[in-house]
Order: sequence, then C-alpha cells, then structure tokens
Amino acid sequence: MAFLSLKNLSRTFGTTRAVTDVSLDVNQGEFFGLLGPSGCGKTTTLRMIAGLEKPDAGSIEFQGADITNLPPERRGFGMVFQNYALFPHLNVFENVAFGLRARHKTKAEMSERVTSALELVQLPGYEKRAVDELSGGQQQRVAIARAIAIEPALLLFDEPLSNLDVSLREETRSELRELVTRLGLTAVYVTHDQEEAYALCDRISVMVGGKLMQTGRPRELYEQPAEISVASFLGRNNLIKAMRVSSSKTSEGEFKTLEGGHTLRLPVKHEELAPLNKPVYLSIRPEHVQLSPNNNSAENSLRGNIRDIVFAGATSTVRVDAQGLVIEALVLRADGLEVNQPCTVILSPDHLKLLKN
Amino acid sequence: MTRIAILLLTALVLLYGVVYPNLAVVGGSFQRAGAWTLANYREILSQRVVIEAIVSSLGLSIGTVFFCALVGVPLAFLFERFTFPGRRIFAALAALPLVLPPLVGTVAFIFLAGESGILAHGIQNLFGLQSPPWRLRGWPALLLFHTYTMYPFFYVLAGAGLRRIDASLAEAARSLGASKFTVLTRVLLPQLTPSLLAAALLTFMTSMASFSAPQLFGGNVRVLTLEIFTARQRGDFTMAITETVILAVISLGALIFFQRYEGTRRFAAAAMKGAPRRRASIASGPARVLATIVAIFFAIVLVLPVATLLLVSFAQENSWTTQTLPSAYTLANYQRLFGDPYSSEVFVNSLTMSAIAAVAALLWSFCIVTLLRRRARTANFFGEGWRRLLSLLVLVPWALPGTVVAVSVAEAYGSPSLLLGSFVLVGTFWILPAVYFLRFMPLVVRALQASMEQIDPTLEEAAGSLGARAWQRFTRVTLPLVWPGAVAGTLLAFVIALGEYVASVLVFVPVNRPISIAIASEMRDFNLGAAAAYGVVLIVIISISMMVAGRLERLRS
Repeated sequence: MAFLSLKNLSRTFGTTRAVTDVSLDVNQGEFFGLLGPSGCGKTTTLRMIAGLEKPDAGSIEFQGADITNLPPERRGFGMVFQNYALFPHLNVFENVAFGLRARHKTKAEMSERVTSALELVQLPGYEKRAVDELSGGQQQRVAIARAIAIEPALLLFDEPLSNLDVSLREETRSELRELVTRLGLTAVYVTHDQEEAYALCDRISVMVGGKLMQTGRPRELYEQPAEISVASFLGRNNLIKAMRVSSSKTSEGEFKTLEGGHTLRLPVKHEELAPLNKPVYLSIRPEHVQLSPNNNSAENSLRGNIRDIVFAGATSTVRVDAQGLVIEALVLRADGLEVNQPCTVILSPDHLKLLKN
Repeated sequence: MTRIAILLLTALVLLYGVVYPNLAVVGGSFQRAGAWTLANYREILSQRVVIEAIVSSLGLSIGTVFFCALVGVPLAFLFERFTFPGRRIFAALAALPLVLPPLVGTVAFIFLAGESGILAHGIQNLFGLQSPPWRLRGWPALLLFHTYTMYPFFYVLAGAGLRRIDASLAEAARSLGASKFTVLTRVLLPQLTPSLLAAALLTFMTSMASFSAPQLFGGNVRVLTLEIFTARQRGDFTMAITETVILAVISLGALIFFQRYEGTRRFAAAAMKGAPRRRASIASGPARVLATIVAIFFAIVLVLPVATLLLVSFAQENSWTTQTLPSAYTLANYQRLFGDPYSSEVFVNSLTMSAIAAVAALLWSFCIVTLLRRRARTANFFGEGWRRLLSLLVLVPWALPGTVVAVSVAEAYGSPSLLLGSFVLVGTFWILPAVYFLRFMPLVVRALQASMEQIDPTLEEAAGSLGARAWQRFTRVTLPLVWPGAVAGTLLAFVIALGEYVASVLVFVPVNRPISIAIASEMRDFNLGAAAAYGVVLIVIISISMMVAGRLERLRS
C-alpha cells in the first residue's frame, strides 16, 4: 500500500484545465519530485495534496484513508511555501511555534520543540528576531523549521529555493535533503528546475500541460524519456523527425529522416514498433553525439558542415548541418573544429531513442 | 453557524438602512393621497425654480470639475515630477482642505474672503473705498470655494497616478524618438486617465452634494440640496422627496457614467520591475525661483483660511466691524464653549454619536468583508453576481448626497411602519448615529478591504497547513495584520461624522444637536468668535485623529 496516493485528480479553473487525471503513488520515506515547466499544474497538484485546493474529480488517500475532503488544518502536513509565507507580525519563535500553539502544546514542550527545530535548520538563538530582519536564506530556514516543528506526517515543498541566489540555492539544497533523510520524513517537492529535482529526489513525476507524462528515477527520466514533451523539457535534446522504412520485424528499426533524408538504424523493442510510413521522433542527447573531422564508417554517421560553435566555459556546443538536418553536439573541447568546415556526426544506436508520440 | 449569523446581520442592515429607505423615497415621490401618480414630477418639473436648481447643480458641479482639474493636475505634475525649494511645504499641506469639514471651511472662507472679511476690509481700508471691493456671493464665490476645497482630489489622485507610471515607459518612448511633448500626450496622459476620471467623479459627486457653501454664500444660485432643505423647512415633504429622487438619480447616473467610461480605459498593470521615476531637479534659475514662489503662494493660500479661523476665534465680541483685523483679543469664546453647559453639550453629542457610528461601522465592515472576500481558488461565499450586488448596496449611501440619505431615512422612519412597528426613529437621539453610520460605513469597508487585500493569501494557507482552525486563523493572523488599516479607516469615518452638517441639519433634534448645528446658529446670531472657536476645536480633534490614523497607516506598511 502506498503511503500517499493520488487517484485520477482533476482540477479546472474557469475554462483552463490545470490538472487532468493525475495519478501517482508516493512511498514512505521517499523524497518525491513534481517537475515541469511553469503552468504545468504541479503547484495545483501539491496544493490539492495540502488541502488548499479541492479537486473537481478524483481522490487522495493517505495511509489508506481517504483525505480528499479533509481541510488542511486537519491533515497535519507541513508545507514550505515559495514566498515562505512567514507571519510578518510574529517573531521567529512565534512563527515556528505557530503550529504548536494551534495544537495547544505546553509552554515547555513548545519552547523545546522550537529550539530543536531552529537548531536543525542551523538558526539557533534566532528566536527573538523579527522576520523582516532576516536574509532570504534565513527566512527560508525559518519556514522549514516551522513546517518540521509540527512533526508533519508529510512535508510539502512549493519551489522553496526559487527565491534564493544560485550559490545559496545549491548549499540549501543539500542541507534540505540531509535534513529530510535524517528525520525520516516523506516529502513531495515541486520545482521547475530539473537539476534541483535530480539532485534532491528519489523519484520524479514530470508534468506537462496539466498531465502527468512520466514517473521514474532521475537517471531513467533523463536517459529514457518516454515522450517528446518529457524529452524536450528535460535538458537539451536533438529531436529528429523520421519515418520507419524497414518492414522486417527484427529488433532493429531502419528510419529515414525527413530532413536530409539520412538513414538511421537503432534497436527497437517489438512492442514499440513504429508503424511504417508514419512520422515519429528519434532523440539523442547532445552529449551523446560524437563528432569526427574525418570520414567515418561507424553506424549512423552523417556528413555535414559545422554551422556554429558556442563556447560556454567547460563545454562547447557545436551545431552541424547535415544536408538540412541540424544536430547539436556537446563537446568538452572544440579544438580543431572550425565553422564551415566539413565534419562527421555519429549518432550511436545505443543512445538514439525512439519516442512515443 | 457564524456564517449564517453574519449573513443575517448584513442582510438586515442593508434592508433597513439602504434598501427600504431608498424605496420609501422613490415610492413616496410617485404617490399622492395614497394613489400612484406622476403628478409630483409633472408639477415640480413645471416650476422654474426647480429646473433652475437642477441646472445650477449640474452647472456648478461641471464647473467645479473643470477648475479643480485646471488647478490640481498642473500642481501634481509640478510637485510630483520636480524638486525645488519649498516643494515639501506645499506637499505637506496639499490635502488640508480635504480634512476641513465643509461647514468649517465655508465659515473660514467667509471670515477671510467675505465682503466684511480680512481681505476685503484690508483693501477697502488701504485704498479708502466707500464700500467693500467685492461681495462673496453667487457663482464666482461658489466656484472659488469649491476649487479650494476639492482641488486635492485631482492633486492627490493625479500625483498617485504619476508615481505609479513606470519611468521606463517614458524612457522607452524617448528612445523611440518621441519628443517630450509627445511623451506627455501619448504616454503619460493616457496612463493617467483612470486617475483623472476617478478624481473627476469624486469632485462631481462632492460638488453635487455640497450644501454649506450654497447655503451661506450661494446668493441667487439655488442648488438642489438647498431646494430640498427649504422645501422641508416649508413643510412641503412631497416636493422635498421628489427633488431628493431627482438629486439621487443625477448622482447615481454620474457614478454609472464614469465607471462605464473608466472600464474602457483601464490598463493592465504591468507586472514587471520598473524603475520608479526620480524627481528631476529644476536647474534653470528663473524657473526654480518661479516654482518656489508658486509653492509658497499655494502653501499660504492653503493655510490662510485656517489661520483666519484661529485668529477670529480669539476676537472679542464687536471688536471686528470695519477694521482689517479684529482689534481686541480674548479667551472668552473658548471659555464660553467649555463653560456653558448648553454650548459644551454639543461636543458630547457629536463625539458620542460619531463614536457610535464609527464603531458600529467597524464591526459591520468585518461582516461585509468576510462575505465579499474573494478566496483565490477555494470555495467562495457567494457567486460573482451576489458579490457585486452586495458591494453596490454598500456603496450606495456613500454615492448618494448626504441630503438624500437623511431625507430617505426621515421619510422611511418618520411614522410607524411595517419594518419598525411602532418605533419612530425621527425625533429621537438615534437618528443621527444611524445616518452617520449609513453615510460613512462605506469608508470603513473600503479601508478594511484594502488592508485585507494587502495580506498575502498564503499566510492564511500557511496557518491552515500548520493546523490553525478558521477562528484561530482570523484572530492570530488576519486580525493582527488588518487592525491598523481598519482602525485608521474607522478614525476617518469618525472625524468626518464629527463635522457632518448636510444631513444633520435636516434631521437633528434638541437632544442630539451636533457641533455643526451650533456653528451654523452662532453664525446666524453673528457670534463670529464663538463660531470660529467651535471650528478650531473641531479642527484640533480632527488633526489629532488624523495623526493617529497616519501613524497606524505607517505601522501597516
């Protein structure tokens, strides 16, 4: 039995369908990510879990009990908001103690739990500070302390790091993960930043346009995106429009690209065999594209001209025009490559993937 | 449970306070001897006096809007966009006429600019003239006074509008090759239209409702408010309520007209980070001197009436006949004010009644705002249609001239009726607190709504996710955050009620004689010093309250 389970959740605002038929399971102790571009419905999904939003259809089960209609104050989930939502009229202590007061804890227990929560987020001794005296990162920690002080059954994060600057964000990210693991909590984490999701989460659901596209481990998602929308959202990707031409039912498919008319071969599983003469998408990550200045006889090697080279510090991006088909390659060093020079692009069959349409 | 109680209370207040009295007036205007008829209108609209009153009211209001815009908008540009010596003095005083109760302002104006006032006497004595150089009467007097008291609507709103305009828009226009003049006409003014329309509406409505100035120095300019008052004094109640309906229709018509038009000119607030515009320093020497002179001149103009009032309040009786300034000074006026029980009683009356009205308005605002509040995404209390109706009903008493509110309440509760049984409100102490409450509660509602809207909705959500129930969320999150704004709004309603004259004069009785009535009767008896002293005390109370309100406003932000 899943710890938290969403079943066919849907939510419409006016005429826009924010969330459509989302189902997913979160296991106990898991750090679960909801990843997607802005407006994809991930925050709405999180708010439905928190009880701040009522689904139009579907249900939410927590530890086997239906909590779909339970108001937020009776769910006992801690939530960290994107803007932190710290109470401006209360000091740090009172902010962290807010949930404990609502639970009518004794004074002694309250101060003990506030102190330990503040220690956990490395803000000991900040009890008397006013919230607006704190820096963004400190406010962020207070928000986390406030959420964990109630010993939540589930921790919900709504893009909590998006208001921090880059270096602070990475530092807080690892501390956050460590804290959640140490306390043995289960977390659902919403973000649009894939790197953040990869670094934090055990499993991730990718949402696009209100629908859940794919759920899996970070590596799985990155290397085997099942759909075009996931592939194009998760990092840069070469999407190649092609048509299957071979009719044999072997495990190898032969495709003809629509641009450039190249022939590409890759292993294809029987069940995902693409129909003949119908356009499909093949994808390959730029870092898996190999370049060679000379002619090369490897499988799936295409001749072309280097169109441009963009230097980006540690890596360079090289775009090669192979008779109309433009392929992007990520290389560590672009030494010896020049714009307008001929070049061979190798799309290794191991990395070339057939996407579900 | 609480929700039902709130709903019931709101419905009752609106029914008794807004719906029924207004229907009673409209109904009464169509009735004669118990039968439905148009005779009242036919009769009234065939009288020249009434037609003249309608035309005068409209003409005065349109003229007032024109002159206020002419004064207020250039001042707003000058003081909002440039900096020069003297700017702060004027900016600090600019809104002064707004907090002056209209009657007190009128009285001060008479002392200053009337035919036997300081200015006229001064010029007369200086040049040895036989008669005063001018008489403060009729159109010029009314337009001058209205411009003095109502130009701040344009100054304040246009100034706020200018502050909101993103400076980068003007910069973008300049970089695209627009001249300064083109930027003004094609970028700044179009963006300012919503502010200007709002100012025009406020000015028009205030002018339409104006009563003290037409009464005291309107001369042969008979406006509707005055006509209604005299009709009631004559005992011609049918005529009074029929004219009241006409006045109400014009006011509401203006409101609807302006809001229609405003709706077509609203700009989506650009949700971007714009650079606020810096005030430019006026570099050229002569222009700088001129700007400073303008600032000082207007600052003096703003202060003069109040200063005059203060001076006259210390004048000894009969010491100010043909002299420029009173010749002898005394504390007698103030001593009488506080020593004589009949005189000091009015303070107790006004303070009590205004406090009752303001506190009731505050409590009631919480009900209304709870009902009106748009919860971003969760279930709302009401559908959109109901919410609009509710906001409209709340606004009606604010949009209607005080004369209309007083007449309608008097008409509805002047005799035993279906809704009140044998209880008659007219003639009791409670009629004024009731009228004050109705007239000024929209102010408190607006203030509370504004405070509520400033609260980040995620704060309540956070409180909910931390386990706080609805009541705990209200008392521990919402209330601590809104109270400064709510109390500031309440104080504003309180001070306006304190100087209320227009409605009070129609329905006051000896047991609830307010300050304004005392001032008017002292003026009638030529006790100028006493009238001025009342005015000064009123201004002092108002200033203190406004300072407290200002503190609270700052506390909020």
